[in-house]
Amino acid sequence: MKLFKRHNNVLPGFGITLGFTIFYLSVIVLIPLSALVFRTMGLTWGEFISTVTAPRVMASYKVTFGAALIAALINAVFGVLVAWVLVRYKFPGRKIVDALVDLPFALPTAVAGITLATIYSSNGWVGRYLEPLGIKIAFTPLGITLAMTFIGLPFVVRTVQPVIEEIEVELEEAAVCLGANRWQTLTRVIFPMLFPSILTGFALSFARGVGEYGSIIFIAGNMPMVSEITPLLIITKLEQFDYRGATAIACVMLLISFLMLLVVNLLQKWSRRYAD
Amino acid sequence: MSIEIENVNKQFGTFKALSNVSLAIPSGELVALLGPSGCGKTTLLRIVAGLEYADSGRILFNGEDTTQSHVRERRVGFVFQHYALFRHMTVFDNVAFGLTVRPKATRPSKQDIREKVMKLLQLVQLENMATRYPAQLSGGQRQRIALARALAVEPQVLLLDEPFGALDAQVRAELRRWLRRLHDEIHVTSVFVTHDQEEALEVADRIVVMNKGKIEQVGTPDQVYENPATSFVLNFLGSVNMFHGRMSQGKAQLSGLQVHSNGYAGADDTPAVAYVRSHDIEIDRSQIDNSSIKAEIKNILKLGPTVRISLLIEGNSEFVEAELTRDKFQQLDLKHGEHVYVHPRQVRVFVDDFQI
Amino acid sequence: MSAHVSTITTSVKSKDRAQNEPAVVRWLLIAVALIFLALFLALPLAAVFSQAFEKGLSVYLDALREADTMSSIKLTLITAAFCVPLNLFFGVTAAWAIAKFTFPGKNLLITLIDLPFSVSPVISGLIYVLIFGLQGWIGPWLQDHDIKIVFAVPGIILATIFVTFPFVARELIPLMEAQGREEEEAALVLGATGLQTFLRVTLPNVKWGIIYGVILCNARAMGEFGAVSVVSGHIRGMTNTVPLHVEILYNEYNYTAAFAVASLLAFLALITLVVKTIAEWKVRQQLENH
Repeated sequence: MKLFKRHNNVLPGFGITLGFTIFYLSVIVLIPLSALVFRTMGLTWGEFISTVTAPRVMASYKVTFGAALIAALINAVFGVLVAWVLVRYKFPGRKIVDALVDLPFALPTAVAGITLATIYSSNGWVGRYLEPLGIKIAFTPLGITLAMTFIGLPFVVRTVQPVIEEIEVELEEAAVCLGANRWQTLTRVIFPMLFPSILTGFALSFARGVGEYGSIIFIAGNMPMVSEITPLLIITKLEQFDYRGATAIACVMLLISFLMLLVVNLLQKWSRRYAD
Repeated sequence: MSIEIENVNKQFGTFKALSNVSLAIPSGELVALLGPSGCGKTTLLRIVAGLEYADSGRILFNGEDTTQSHVRERRVGFVFQHYALFRHMTVFDNVAFGLTVRPKATRPSKQDIREKVMKLLQLVQLENMATRYPAQLSGGQRQRIALARALAVEPQVLLLDEPFGALDAQVRAELRRWLRRLHDEIHVTSVFVTHDQEEALEVADRIVVMNKGKIEQVGTPDQVYENPATSFVLNFLGSVNMFHGRMSQGKAQLSGLQVHSNGYAGADDTPAVAYVRSHDIEIDRSQIDNSSIKAEIKNILKLGPTVRISLLIEGNSEFVEAELTRDKFQQLDLKHGEHVYVHPRQVRVFVDDFQI
Repeated sequence: MSAHVSTITTSVKSKDRAQNEPAVVRWLLIAVALIFLALFLALPLAAVFSQAFEKGLSVYLDALREADTMSSIKLTLITAAFCVPLNLFFGVTAAWAIAKFTFPGKNLLITLIDLPFSVSPVISGLIYVLIFGLQGWIGPWLQDHDIKIVFAVPGIILATIFVTFPFVARELIPLMEAQGREEEEAALVLGATGLQTFLRVTLPNVKWGIIYGVILCNARAMGEFGAVSVVSGHIRGMTNTVPLHVEILYNEYNYTAAFAVASLLAFLALITLVVKTIAEWKVRQQLENH
């Protein structure tokens, strides 16, 4: 404490606040998460592999990651568009639209789930017009993608938006002065500046989709091998008191989350490589 | 109150910010810590304040060791470089803060606080700004509020970190004179940090020139300007010309000019450097004595009241810069490309950084 | 101050240069963005309320007055009442240590604090079952002493604390870092104690950041579904939070009641968005005044 104080600064309370931070973090987050890892270590390698690669589990990965990937791609495109429009253009109601973008953060996932299921079911507001066209969304993998798009949208918008805001006018003016047309300015000056943040937003949106549960189960149909997502499979195993199965699959999911977290951190580091 | 700094060392990682700094500041003086950025002057000021702890060494206030006492107990007034005014408080609350945080037993009454704050606001000539927020003030006004806030606790010592650094040139000059007058009025021992030699020369009673964590010279403005102890001090105060050469038989032989220097008779054939301030270089149309050097005028720059002239020394590739008053320039009627004689009025020769 | 004048001029400029794209392109882009948002955000929001009031106000109110609904509301409020103050206290403490001091391992600590956001809610619930459940680490001991944590209220609270863990801290850390230490140092030089410095200088400066973090933390605490679903046990009237109750009503094909209860949560979400927008605006203002 004394040592820290002398090397740091005169503000008080460093030892006690850091101590509490680490204590609370350990009790709430680190110890419980390590329980998952330790429980998985109770399984032999063979058991573990056969559990996490069982056909039904593999099918659930395919559905989950596939849908999350498509949803993240949709969000990357429309999220950038929304962010651009919100920062650069003036139109009536802009402030309200801007606030509404965060709805998926604020709306409980269960509410989103039952609402999306209702709207896109065969007699719902949107579903009834899609049904005659042969498009079924509710209770298919398409529904899963839809729900993941909903909950992932703010991630892209909110990562890209501040970067667009910070682009200096002078950069575009400089490009124009050097003879670039608008399209060249966009693709060669602005897009490269946005790209890291778009990737970060994409990764965040993807990670959120992979872990999502509440908004999906109502619209997914939850048919094993077809529209069953991995988080649901964990719950199913748990309800059948198959703790080992649930733990093993959860461990794989956790590992993937950590990888995504690492990727996002590296992306952010990379995006700051030109920062002063 | 006097301040003594004894053998203070401070290291940040591998960077030695202060190495064995000792300094005595007599009571009631206004002292400038002058030096380039990174020379350790701000670190020294923060150690005196108690905002930073020295790795070793002592700080004494009035002969009493304060090294271990907390910043709160030192009763110093500190004016931060960017003022550090409390954004969410009015000007009045900012100035009153130091009084209102006192324990109940020693806290003045509301009425007393009010009177005192208003008096201070009068002192800094901002009594009609009491209800404003810092964001609504100009830079110079904020600076004065920061000063009033520091003075409210009746500090034994007033410390100012680059007090005019963030201000426009004109406001700066005004505030400098104002600070000098204020100090003459209240006479509290004050130390301010600056990288601006003009500021130090104009405001301070005494200047401490620092470089690379060490003190180069301590003295009155006249002393450090007229008798710089080291080549660094000379270089830092004002623009100078540098001549490289050698010492031989007590004379310095420097690109065409000879300087007699008796104090260094022992040194023979050692490298030496001579410095001449730009305004110590005279320009004449004819040779005065054997210290005059023939040169060609290469560039003329008119800077308001003074004129700066670059000259190329004949038979040499070295440039000399001379500074003349406008009057003198017009009198001589100098032209670009003309050949003239330059005559250094005062030459300072340094061998291994010792002046001869 | 001079800086805030300059930020205003740049932001005005940034809106003026919207003239760079031809008007047709501009309006086309605005239209596409708005249609997308309408379809994905506005439509679901409207649907919640429309479905809730489909059979009239009295049916709506009856659904809310029902005993199980009332008890789920109570449980959700209790959960938030534990979870928000705890995470608030943690957030402020962590932000103080991280933003005002330098120490090795700081970036790792920030990453670890963010961890719960990248963990699937289902896993967030599962880990507590693994510790406190009957087959868990201390489950048998708990049963011997007749303490119930999972499939009971404490489990719900714990899982909710986990998923809302980072909200306040991650909002405050960058804010406090941006504000630096000078004002705190000034307060100390003027003789303030550590507590006075914190209460009178630090806290007012991060007030809106705290409100922002708290409102988001609260929204998530009241709306969490996945994590709570795993640890709840789904006992009607006992361990059902509002989102879980919505699920039960929906699965019983009691759509109107489900949407009536859901509309409460949607309303909460709207309030959250409003407060969040105001807080965001205030935080920006505070940073610009810096």
